[in-house]
Amino acid sequence: MATESHGMGGLDPQATPGSRGAGEHDRPFEGQHHARGYEGPLDAPLRGKQMVVNLGPSHPAMHGVTRAVVALEGETIVEMKLDIGFLHRGFEKSCENLTWGQAFPYTDRLNYVSAILNNVGYALAVEKLCKIDVPLRSKYLRVVTGELHRICDHLTLVAAMGLELGAMTVFLYGVEARDLLYDRLTEICGARLTSNYVRVGGVSRDAPEGWTEKTLQTLARVAELRETIDKLLTRNRIFMDRTKGTGVISREDALDFGFTGPCLRATGEPYDVRKAAPYLVYDRIDFDIPVGSKGDNYDRFLMRMEELRQSERIVKQCFQQMEPGDIVIEDFRFVLPPKPLVYGTIEGVMAHFKLIMEGIKVPPGEAYSYTEAANGELGFYVVSDGGGRPYKLGLRAPGWPMLAAIPHMTKGALLSDLVPTYDSINMIGGEVEQ
Amino acid sequence: MASDLEVAPAIATRREEATGFFQRMVSKGLGWARKNSLWQYPFVTACCGMEYMSVSSARYDIARFGAEVPRFSPRQADLLLVVGTVNCKQAPILKRVYEQMSEPKWVIAFGVCASSGGFYDNYATVQGIDHVIPVDVYVPGCPPRPEQVLDGLMLLQRKIANQQHKLIDRGALPVLGGDHKGRP
Amino acid sequence: MSKAVIEALAARFPGDVYEPYEGVGGDDAIFVRKSEIARVCKFLKTEPAMAFHMAPYITAVDYLGLEPRFEIVYNLLSTTQNHRVRLRVKVSESDLEVPTVTGVWRGADWFERYCLDMYGIRFKGHPDPRRLLMYDEFVGHPLRKDYPLRGRQPLVPERDIQDIYRGPGPDGRD
Repeated sequence: MATESHGMGGLDPQATPGSRGAGEHDRPFEGQHHARGYEGPLDAPLRGKQMVVNLGPSHPAMHGVTRAVVALEGETIVEMKLDIGFLHRGFEKSCENLTWGQAFPYTDRLNYVSAILNNVGYALAVEKLCKIDVPLRSKYLRVVTGELHRICDHLTLVAAMGLELGAMTVFLYGVEARDLLYDRLTEICGARLTSNYVRVGGVSRDAPEGWTEKTLQTLARVAELRETIDKLLTRNRIFMDRTKGTGVISREDALDFGFTGPCLRATGEPYDVRKAAPYLVYDRIDFDIPVGSKGDNYDRFLMRMEELRQSERIVKQCFQQMEPGDIVIEDFRFVLPPKPLVYGTIEGVMAHFKLIMEGIKVPPGEAYSYTEAANGELGFYVVSDGGGRPYKLGLRAPGWPMLAAIPHMTKGALLSDLVPTYDSINMIGGEVEQ
Repeated sequence: MASDLEVAPAIATRREEATGFFQRMVSKGLGWARKNSLWQYPFVTACCGMEYMSVSSARYDIARFGAEVPRFSPRQADLLLVVGTVNCKQAPILKRVYEQMSEPKWVIAFGVCASSGGFYDNYATVQGIDHVIPVDVYVPGCPPRPEQVLDGLMLLQRKIANQQHKLIDRGALPVLGGDHKGRP
Repeated sequence: MSKAVIEALAARFPGDVYEPYEGVGGDDAIFVRKSEIARVCKFLKTEPAMAFHMAPYITAVDYLGLEPRFEIVYNLLSTTQNHRVRLRVKVSESDLEVPTVTGVWRGADWFERYCLDMYGIRFKGHPDPRRLLMYDEFVGHPLRKDYPLRGRQPLVPERDIQDIYRGPGPDGRD
């Protein structure tokens, strides 16, 4: 980020006085707790036994349920093994037994902090197979609500990162900001978290009266809270010391593991699906993509803070560009007809009956559709056999490669570096364990 | 209630359930103290965890009910909040955590996945944690609104207030059935 | 979008790739013979014009009733050249061994473990061939079409529950 380039000779004029960024030399006793920080064999202490610690599935820092078995030498992690599957809920097999429209609530609960982004990804996959294009206003509504949920996701990450590194006030501010956005989302979707808002062929509800003005006011208040969090964390010496230089991954390694999203951009690779292969209305909106350089936890945190600002920009532009219009396509093979037609005409009744009883008939074939979720590239690989149920609904979870790379990122680090690394990759159990 | 007609007149009192004045006062006092300082063990697994975060935060404050402190060790907690889906791989861990808690302890099944499996009726999910541990209050919802969770907590507080509390409890501990390895 | 990739593949591996096609929405896909998948992937990663450095999304599909029964699908992405390609490998039920691509991309490790766990497809040369999401005592492969949806194999003996009290009274709701 640009903070590193200011100043001369590597000194950062904004660094907290007394810290390493302000030019202080290494303190004399630093490094002595590392097993390798000694000058010669006479200085080294007696070697101990390797200790194997189980950070069990029910653990406050394990973000849901992951089990990490860590082999420690002193405080240094020598090796780590991850055991997952404690939240496997059978998403793929459940969806094979439902209709295409009934799968939307299941997709909500994948990345449960930003549910609409999953809904949008799944709807785009099905619409790609059906070869339908949704009306313009529903595209704008999908983008707006999706970006609001992206803001919620990044706020949750920032809040959890503050909480687990000891800054509980940041957690309270972040969750307050998130609650304000949930109020707006409740007005449009009906639910705070698991919205079930998008349908194949559009969205389910239009924005109520006065919603855009209220959302702009809410975004202003969220921006105040976000700036407060920024002031509390970004130049905070404790936070910087714990996150700078920890959990480092290089650009080649990140690509090799399959990172996408903010974690990949923090290593320096400027790939964002919204710019590389624009979908919905992202090609009409002007926004920037932050790219980092070092791939450590601090960069990943700064990515999220900057993406919060960019998401707000996207939402404001969408509100300016949005026009009143249809929110679902007129095709009754995919979309329920409006109630006057259902009660009035024979075609309406038949279409309604067929859609409710048998579901949408998607033509046979397969498609892979990818969108930029809050955490990275969310991919749905959909196979249809021509009936009303998915034959296969494969999910490429964005958090999956990041979680698989944790043993690599924390090799040789201290045990307490594991905590900010776990936080900053934003592993959401629901999507990783499907 | 129709069944009142079949029951004997209400004056009959069973001797072992009769409590004297002091025991009743002690029970009420202990009940009041325990219900207003529930230390929770948040066994958070899934989406309901986000609503748990909202419930514990500044807006829908669970601290007003005294249940603010999350204690991440089961030995120090008395309320096991099972938040989110429990699947077959996680069930032994839940049972072990429950067994490690000391009496008196209560369990709230937070969310419909913990209450009855939710809509995940498949090969991987336990259809309700009451198949594994006894539950006191079920809070349905997917995820439940924070106000609903607070309602469930108040229901639990009413239940605790009406239970019998003793200073020294020499009764036998309840047995869940099976040993800790899961053998019957 | 990525016709050049498909043509280069067909030129370089004439006997091992077959039936290139363009799917819905412009996805380019091609079938690859099972034994050659590791070589094809190595070519796709190291060749500068292809530059598929990112670990792909690997999944499997069970076409019960068709022969060969399983199919492994690799969805590759190149961030520098901004193109995508899909490789499909047919695997029959009698011969479930497929060469691993973890030598090409380290990130393929967990995806292959997922295919093993859910479909039973083994990968030759995989550094850590264990189940990923299900527990070790689980018998069977859940995502196969002949595995029942509700085939629960509980680890803990499940209690039978007495009816909970729902009537009026101090502990009830009414």
